[in-house]
Amino acid sequence: MAIGKNVPRVDAVAKVTGRARYTDDYHMPGMLHAGYVRSTIAHGRVTRIDTAQAAALPGVEAVYTFEDVPQTLFATAGHPYSLDPAHMDVADRLLLTGHVRYHGDEVAVVVARDRLTLQAAIAKVAVEYEPYPVMVEGAAALAEGAFEIHAGSRNRIGESRYQTGQDVDAALAAAPIRIESHYRSRIVQHCHIENHIALAYMDDLDQITIISSTQIPHIARRIVGEALGLPWGQIRVIKPYIGGGFGAKQDVVLEPMVAWLTRRLDGRPVQIDLSREECMIGTRIRHPFDIALRAGADEEGRLLAMDLDVISNSGAYASHGHSVAAAGGAKMRSLYPNAQVRYHAQTVYANIPAAGAMRAYGSPQVLFAVECAVEEAARRCGMDPLAFRLKNVVRPGDKDGLTGKPFLSCGLVECLEKGRALIGWDEKRAALAGGQDGPIRRGLGVACFSYASGTFPVCLEIAGARIILNQDGSVHVQVGATEIGQGSDTVVAQMAAETLGIPYEKVHVVSTQDTDVAPFDTGAYASRQAYVVSNAVKRAAEELKEKILAQAQYMTGIDSAALDLQGGAVVYVEAPERRVMLLGDLALASYYDKEHGGGQLTADVSLKTRTNAPTFGCTFVEVEVDIPLCRITIREICNVHDSGRILHPIMAAGQVQGGAAMGIGAALYEELLVDAESGWIYNNNLLDYKFPTPVDIPEIGWAFVETTEPTSGYGNKSLGEPPIISPPAAIRNALWDATGVKIDTLPLTPHRLFRHFKKAGLI
Amino acid sequence: MRQTIAITLNGSPRRFDVDVRQSLMEVLREQAGTLSVKQGCGVGECGACTVLIDDAPVDSCIYLAVWADGRAVRTTEGECRDGQLSPVQQAFVEEGAVQCGICTPGFVMAATALTERRPGEPLDRDAIRRGLAGNLCRCTGYATIVTAVEKCICREEE
Amino acid sequence: MFPISDYKKATTIEEALALMAEDPGLRPIAGGTDILIKLHKGKPGYDRLVDIHDVAALSGIRLNDSGDIVIGPGTVFNQVIANELIQTHLPVLATALATIGGPQVRNMGTIGGNLCNGVPSADSAPALLVFNATVTLRSHTGVRQLLVADFFKGPGEVDLAPGELLTAITIPAADHRDHFGHYIKYAMRDAMDIATIGCAAAVAIEGDRLGDLRLAFGVAAPVPIRCPAAEAAAKGRPLDGELAERVAAAVLSDVRPRDSWRAAKDFRLQIIGELARRALRHAVMNAGGRLPCDRP
Ligand code: FES
Ligand code: FES
Repeated sequence: MAIGKNVPRVDAVAKVTGRARYTDDYHMPGMLHAGYVRSTIAHGRVTRIDTAQAAALPGVEAVYTFEDVPQTLFATAGHPYSLDPAHMDVADRLLLTGHVRYHGDEVAVVVARDRLTLQAAIAKVAVEYEPYPVMVEGAAALAEGAFEIHAGSRNRIGESRYQTGQDVDAALAAAPIRIESHYRSRIVQHCHIENHIALAYMDDLDQITIISSTQIPHIARRIVGEALGLPWGQIRVIKPYIGGGFGAKQDVVLEPMVAWLTRRLDGRPVQIDLSREECMIGTRIRHPFDIALRAGADEEGRLLAMDLDVISNSGAYASHGHSVAAAGGAKMRSLYPNAQVRYHAQTVYANIPAAGAMRAYGSPQVLFAVECAVEEAARRCGMDPLAFRLKNVVRPGDKDGLTGKPFLSCGLVECLEKGRALIGWDEKRAALAGGQDGPIRRGLGVACFSYASGTFPVCLEIAGARIILNQDGSVHVQVGATEIGQGSDTVVAQMAAETLGIPYEKVHVVSTQDTDVAPFDTGAYASRQAYVVSNAVKRAAEELKEKILAQAQYMTGIDSAALDLQGGAVVYVEAPERRVMLLGDLALASYYDKEHGGGQLTADVSLKTRTNAPTFGCTFVEVEVDIPLCRITIREICNVHDSGRILHPIMAAGQVQGGAAMGIGAALYEELLVDAESGWIYNNNLLDYKFPTPVDIPEIGWAFVETTEPTSGYGNKSLGEPPIISPPAAIRNALWDATGVKIDTLPLTPHRLFRHFKKAGLI
Repeated sequence: MRQTIAITLNGSPRRFDVDVRQSLMEVLREQAGTLSVKQGCGVGECGACTVLIDDAPVDSCIYLAVWADGRAVRTTEGECRDGQLSPVQQAFVEEGAVQCGICTPGFVMAATALTERRPGEPLDRDAIRRGLAGNLCRCTGYATIVTAVEKCICREEE
Repeated sequence: MFPISDYKKATTIEEALALMAEDPGLRPIAGGTDILIKLHKGKPGYDRLVDIHDVAALSGIRLNDSGDIVIGPGTVFNQVIANELIQTHLPVLATALATIGGPQVRNMGTIGGNLCNGVPSADSAPALLVFNATVTLRSHTGVRQLLVADFFKGPGEVDLAPGELLTAITIPAADHRDHFGHYIKYAMRDAMDIATIGCAAAVAIEGDRLGDLRLAFGVAAPVPIRCPAAEAAAKGRPLDGELAERVAAAVLSDVRPRDSWRAAKDFRLQIIGELARRALRHAVMNAGGRLPCDRP
């Protein structure tokens, strides 16, 4: 039995010894290096581009400008293909552009034999621009008559709304306690330590092979085909180990370009390896949201209604389009299902880097607003914010306000109770009740979240698993689900071992996805993988087990119904301690018996998931605020999660700590700074973009409330993404608790604290 | 501008014909084949390229290869001997300190230096964090890495 | 590969000076943590180098006959920090240098490079300023010595003529003997960051009075500065509740922070006043005194 155990992570040894290979470790003799010429302004049109000097440098193989590339617009989002034209992703990209839309847009590409020549040549491409008006904020782009960033778009990418309950306006009007506020989040960047990188080559006339650091190899194959107008089957995408993605690699960024370049250059290998500086602006960011929120509660502490109006800023290109804002709104609905909700969102273009998917996909922004407003409602009722939440959050049996479907597994109340005990909420609150007036003050905060396990019913959810019985009785498992650091290969091995009844060590997971051979799966995103892959692996394991037992019946004459596979041996169901034969012996016979049946025993399953399991959790935090220095220090923080059954406790804790740390980064440190007038980006590097170091992240506590999700193969629900969601609101609420100052914009940097403390007369 | 350098790489004497413009990271990756040395920034901000030079951690991306001449260079490849993980590597595996793994070789080397340099000197979690402050990890939130190092230090003391 | 167009290696000071005399366009590179980054970013003017990384005579720390501490500018930060002389006589310099970058950078970067780089945020500067440190500059033709305070000329600009090399940093015996100091770096992160404001204080106390205060700031002006007004306001005052406030108020006339995307001027002023209070309080504590103040 492997589920729930701390089995050794399948790739840990490869990684600590440095033997695990990432894209940059696939170096080919004669490989060419390509790099972009990036715009130095945020919005405008190229009026003149002179590549002669660059092209003349010895060692430069080619220089292509926006005038040389195919004029087929393509979409880049790592979404499953949609058969419904209305749901297709927005195709607004070319390989290079003469209309530059953010500081760093790609106007030309240079190919050289070495990196040094490449950099010298890029610097020698002379570009002149006609500037266009720069709009950095979503609201500016939406203004009447605003300059169109994409012709014909009116700067709008998408819009959606939903409403639960009867009449949100009436409920708000009648509510004795009304809250109205404006919440904003600024630009966060993923900062995976491995920058975007891809390599392409051809080994015949039409097959293009791409090795890429991608979360979505099968989708990348399709999009490269679409972008280059090639049959998808001619594209082969290989995903080796990847050094983090967090959503920025759930997008097709470099693959079409390297594929196009290798085709132009006789199939020679071409690599694009973005620098950190490029990666921070030229890939994807998290959408900054602007949320106007109204909420109503009654004096007994019942949350009655919420009305959210959201502007989601997608930056220069649509990428994931309106999906992020729509998903953030939809996944929030499960948190307070007894309040009426109206949600309206618009996604717009602006002259900032393109936004895309990032861990928890819209939920951090939306739930920051919701959990700030709920905090205010609680305080206005004169209630303990925790008690208010306990009174209002989802409980088992509650129904989704839109679909009417009941929540099957739901342990949020238990999460809140557990967190309360862990942090010592009641004691700490009592200790602070007397009020504080010194320069250093403490405060307590809590915030909740709801999330989902995948994208169904908005998108297709499909997973593939193939399990092969090897000659020695071990198995190889191939899945289309991608390991990106979250530990997916390990839980797949655990699942296969559990259902097959063989030791975990006998399960080999093929970590690399190669679209020519890996089963189809759309990849790592939406915190979906362990959930959607669970049923595919389980089904495949069951099928293989059935074949194994049939083989055993053939070999022994014992009815397979009386047999089972346990610990790598065929045993009697009734007497599992009695071994009928070892799996290795069975396998050899199956492969090599001259007379009968068998052969290579394989199960190959492709499964669509038509369910989605909501997940829940919360963050508790105690902060200390140094008012004169405008600094927040986290004294204690813990996340408590209901993620269904925990498959691997150590790795699960790692997801929580890593996610919460990113949440702390977004709460206190991280903001990509864009000049409001010029769109210039100031801090596209890891020195100036303040991604927290080991000394900046406190010890992060965690706990799980284990529930069993009936729609999942092993009772598990999503875990990778949610931990990032609730820390920012909890920290903001604790800051309010400590100082009486409430700040509705993230991040809570010293500069922002300074302005607010000053206004409040604290300094 | 080429020069021959002689270094002791993971215990073995090696000679490399290098360009004076090359970083040590480039020579280690492209000529020595020690691909564990990762690049996350190229400018000393992330620590992914950390190697030990005469047992002290440096960012090999901003260290000229010629400076390594005559010195001993260690990378995580060399920490595993005869199929046996080093105590630090072993602790990283056991404590779940590895996720995507791109930062891991750099952390392993920074942690190795930390555990070797101060035998007997107590290192609490804060001190371990300070000792690892030149390495960034976006996946783990650092806690498991700190625990792994803590465990090595405790083992040493036993 | 770095875009270096000219490279000469020196193994002695004399060799370096000769190379630079011959070709004043050559820039010395020691630890590389600033210059290689500039080269990586394609910044012009750094592509012709004389490599002094392995000039042994430039590194090391000693006490000279007069009891002055002499620091070789090529000494890497971690060696300065761990050095016994520094730990005993000048712990505040160790504190300041320990705030630079992370362990790796501190194993590579040199204290001389930190000064010659000339940035207002150099963490070594405030600590050296309050101890009246001097720099010795040698060229093929001569030697001169000047106060660190006079070495900084403007942002990124120091008083270093072409062909000149920083060969020693000296802290006079009198200064490190009777003054006790403290350094506080205020930055957005607690490691791997540049100072938003850096503040060093050094005090000598006489009974229940402050005999002398020296206060210096990084990033509070275009160059690292001393604060004469604040120092005058504090000299000879009793160690009472009012002192920190006096210093925090007076320092505002010493500093000239600017608005930048990294931090706004009024925010910097807030931090400057606050750091003055706290650095003073800790310096007094290090000198064995006590200053009533509600700050940590
Ligand atoms: S790659 Fe060397 S520190 Fe980031
Ligand atoms: S494990 Fe991914 S960056 Fe550290």
